[in-house]
Formats: sequence, C-alpha cells, structure tokens
Amino acid sequence: MKVLIMGCGRVGAYLAASLDSEGHDVTILDIDSASFRKLAPSFKGTALLGDGTDEDSLRKAGIEEMEAFLALTQGDNRNVMAAQIAKHIFNVDRVICRIYDPLREELYRTLGLEAISPTTFFADLLKERLMRGAK
Amino acid sequence: MYIIVVGGGRLGYYLSKALLSQGHEVLVIEKDTVKVERIEEELGSICMQGDGCETAVLEEAGTERADLLVAVTDEDEDNLVACQVAKHKFNVPRIIARISNPKNEALFKKLGIDVTISSTNLILEYIGQEVPAYPVVHLLELRKTKLELIEVKISAGSPAVGKKVKDIPLPPGSLLILVIKDEDIKLPAQDTVLHADDRVLAVTKIDTEQDLRAVLAGS
Repeated sequence: MKVLIMGCGRVGAYLAASLDSEGHDVTILDIDSASFRKLAPSFKGTALLGDGTDEDSLRKAGIEEMEAFLALTQGDNRNVMAAQIAKHIFNVDRVICRIYDPLREELYRTLGLEAISPTTFFADLLKERLMRGAK
Repeated sequence: MYIIVVGGGRLGYYLSKALLSQGHEVLVIEKDTVKVERIEEELGSICMQGDGCETAVLEEAGTERADLLVAVTDEDEDNLVACQVAKHKFNVPRIIARISNPKNEALFKKLGIDVTISSTNLILEYIGQEVPAYPVVHLLELRKTKLELIEVKISAGSPAVGKKVKDIPLPPGSLLILVIKDEDIKLPAQDTVLHADDRVLAVTKIDTEQDLRAVLAGS
C-alpha cells in the first residue's frame, strides 16, 4: 500500500518504520528535518520536509497516488485540516486523523472523518488494566 | 447581535473595539493570558481565556446563542476548526474565517465556511487595481451565489472596441451593468458602443469569467 504519514513524532516514525519493514511504500512528511532522526536506520521509505496543511506540499509528497493518509502531528487542528484536504480535495481512499481532544474527535467523526483520540483510547485501556488487576 | 471573536491578537482587538462601538455584544476568546489582560484593561470584561477551538470553551462562551462567530487567529487551521465547531456543534448561523494562505479559500468554501477573508488576496487585488496592465479587477463575490462583480478595462486592442453591447458575444449568465468613461457613468443599453479606455462593471458567473474577459478585454 502507498501510505503518506504527516508528522514524524514517536508514533509517526514508529508506524512508518513498521509499515516499511512489511513492504509498504511509505512517505513521511514533517516541517522539522530534525524529527527524521527518530526514524529507524533501516527505514527505506521517503522522508520529506513539508507542511501537510499546504496543498502544494502534499502534491509534492505524491498524495495524488496515495492509498492512505494519516495525520499524526501534535496539533489537533493541523491534523483535522490536513485530513480534510486529503479527503475532500485529493479524494484519498483511507484517511485517518489523530485528535487528542475527545470532544473534537466526536464532532469530526460525525462529520465523516475517521478520527482517533489517543486520550480516550489510552484512558480506556488503563481502566481495563486497572480493573483486571483489581480482581 | 452577540458576536464571538476567536483570537485576541491585533486584528481581534481592533475588530472587537469597532464592534463594541457599534453596540454589539462581543466576547473575545484568546489563549494567551497577557493578551487577555490587555484586552480586559482596554475594553472591559469582554475577554475569556481559553482555546476557541475547544468545544468545552465554546460551550462556556454561550456559543449556542451567538449570531456570528469570527475566527481571526494567525493560524488558518485554528480558524477552520473554530468555525467548523461553531457551525456543526452550536449551529451558529453565520461564521467568518480569516485566511493567510490564499489556497485555503477554496478549501474552506468546500468545507462549509461560507465567508472567508484572505488578507493576502485582498492585498493582491489592490495591487491588481493599481497596476494598469491588469484588465480585470474582482470587486465583489456575491454572497450565496456563484456570481461575482468585476471591473473590466477596455483597452485599445480589445475586441469590444467600437462594438454595440448587443453585438458582443457575452457568455450566458453575464450582464454589463455600468459603463464608466472618465467620471461619467452610463447604464449600458443594447446599442451603447464601447470605446477604448471605458471601464465596464459586469456581473458574471465565476466559471465563465474567463470567457467574459476574452470578449471584453481580449486574452
């Protein structure tokens, strides 16, 4: 699968390396070149300097041929905007967007974005662990 | 009207000041405490500290009774989200977003933000009006339509020179509404003849602007 990841933080870099090692064609985009140090040395995909909320940068990153786009920067709003550009301007098949704020996540889900809130996801996981330990 | 202004920078400050003096009820939402203090000192308790993109903050601000929300932070993505949350979560009837990247104008429209103000485009348009080589000036996009008001300068080499209005092959949906010759203005009739250096105001469909430009101004 051809995948474009926006945001080379811990999650972005880990996911990029993991998909790459499974033979997927991965491009990762970040506005800070220093962030690419987080990529595993074995990463064979493309690391590209650019702003994922800008159509031209996305086009340069090859978004028109991508089968999936993931918005994983630290900024909820940046993710929301980039994801909507990918979905509504470039018609990428699969668009997933990280939104920390659970309320915004819920709203954008109702607006048709595939949004994931690590906040609720992780809190639920912790709760489950905690309750299992309590028994 | 109850107006919420998201972003208490310089633009938000002057905008709120003007809106207050027009008698509106104004609330500014600003993240930075220093800016909040400055606004409160100068304009009174009209400012709330918080992130205007957060549903909880907008709820506390009473956004569901707002008549208008204007998002004027420096960041296009923040303005987009503040407007989308206001529109879809709180059903605010009118929303206005400030845009820095002119490309975002089309995107925001596509995402349901009806009114966008791009300072970059505004300045570009003024440059266009000041530079005589530019035959078409966009004056106004007519709200809730795909129509716009433009000004076209008829140059000596224009295909419309010496022609009557009825003989100019205007694209469908276009209308000439005013002919300006120096300081004189005239409603164009069917047999009004256009001359070089006339300026013509026209309403046209945005899609067919190029065609209108071609018949009036040449390429």
